[in-house]
Amino acid sequence: MSETNKATIEQYRNSFLSEVEANVEEGEWVKMCMQCGVCSGSCPLGKHWAHPPQEIFMMIRAGKRDEVLASDSMWMCTSCYNCVVRCPRQLPITHIMHGLATYAKKLGLVPQNQPTAKFAEIFWNNMMKKGRVNELKLGLSLYFKDGFGAGIKESLRNKDLGMKMMKAKRMAASEFFGGHGVKDIGGVQKMIQKAQEIEDARMKKFD
Amino acid sequence: MAKREYSYYPGCSSQKGASSSNLMKSVDTMCEELDIQLNEIPDWNCCSASIGYASGSELPRLTLSARNIALSEEHNKNQEIVATCAACWLATKEAAERLKEDESMFAEANQALAEAGLKLQNNTPIKHMAEVIIEDIGLEQIRAGVKKPLEGIKIAGYVGCQTNRPFGIAGESFENPMYLDNLVESLGADACTTYEKKVQCCGGALAFSEPEKSQEMIKGIIEAAYDNEADMIATPCPLCQANVEIYQDQINERFGTKFNIPVVYYSQLVSVAYGRSASDAALDGQLVAAKKLEDIASK
Repeated sequence: MSETNKATIEQYRNSFLSEVEANVEEGEWVKMCMQCGVCSGSCPLGKHWAHPPQEIFMMIRAGKRDEVLASDSMWMCTSCYNCVVRCPRQLPITHIMHGLATYAKKLGLVPQNQPTAKFAEIFWNNMMKKGRVNELKLGLSLYFKDGFGAGIKESLRNKDLGMKMMKAKRMAASEFFGGHGVKDIGGVQKMIQKAQEIEDARMKKFD
Repeated sequence: MAKREYSYYPGCSSQKGASSSNLMKSVDTMCEELDIQLNEIPDWNCCSASIGYASGSELPRLTLSARNIALSEEHNKNQEIVATCAACWLATKEAAERLKEDESMFAEANQALAEAGLKLQNNTPIKHMAEVIIEDIGLEQIRAGVKKPLEGIKIAGYVGCQTNRPFGIAGESFENPMYLDNLVESLGADACTTYEKKVQCCGGALAFSEPEKSQEMIKGIIEAAYDNEADMIATPCPLCQANVEIYQDQINERFGTKFNIPVVYYSQLVSVAYGRSASDAALDGQLVAAKKLEDIASK
């Protein structure tokens, strides 16, 4: 096909689908969805999605960019992989949902106070500090995510559980001061920074 | 039994003082009994589980797992990697497969790894400990080593999500895997083979961010165990174990239920059946005591 022909065809392609194909993890699979709805029916949190996966795929193809990226639907994914193993066309649906969430976050389109978006960010930042998750600090940051007052209230509500976990040696107060970590944390951080740079460089621009 | 050796990726939650330190302890005990030597991957890092994705995009996440595989290939040469955590196993195996399929992504991951002085070959098999038990050792041999059969205990085998999907155990169905029930039976206990919630999601990481929605699912998982007259629930997954065990008080408060059912690891079952003490089997790590297992352990 000549370059002119290719360019002509590109004009007729919905640009949001092209954007998803270019910039979203496993996005090139979206066009393969045959709209059977098995994913939506298999999702354990299906009833909480404003737009279940099948609908998300169709909305992408219909160019509904804002509705998709600003939706909190994909933040309902529990990563159970039910949809992935049942999809007749073997779309990696879990990864596409994660990819849409990542992309929405990158563009600053996540709904305010979306709890899983917040938790996922807390988790990543916690993990990147020492290369391993500090569960005690992860729990505390989660309790305090909506401010100090709410944090105290939430901590008190979970106090008994915390005490039981400590007694069972499944939570350690010492984790608050240091705790487990990777020795070459400098190397890990440089490595992740590099990976991010490489990925950012191959992102395509869409207006 | 022939000695087996693996490169071991325990994961964050299995560390001392972390939420599944009881998994680690009982796995250590089980491996002593089964003559398995686990060589920890030196300086391993978090895999970012299935929740790092808000801030960690595709290549950074794959690179995290690539680092662990590269470290294993450098320090634990020619040893298969074994993970005990469902999320660790899934992330590592997924990264290995993705980087095999996509050559340019593989090159990029290696470019990033070079910043930490590492290089990925990516020719190491990534296994779950359940595969070691079921495939490498086999249930015949497991059965042969039982010293104290777990007689009189009825167990709901809760396989959960990520130990089962998308990879699972070869030859098992995603909808009704039987290997956990078979393991339970080979240890002398009774398996609830009609436990319909065996692969139901517990909410995973959303148990933290969406507790109401997740606890509704956990309620179903526990209710079905009671319906099947189970004495306890057994699982291979650290997050399943924690989510189903530790929120029972909150669920009781929220739904007016009266749940109080122990949730144990398969490795604790093996440890007790092989004659080890309650402490070696990490039964002191339960929030809901597994009384029937304690009784057998102290016999």
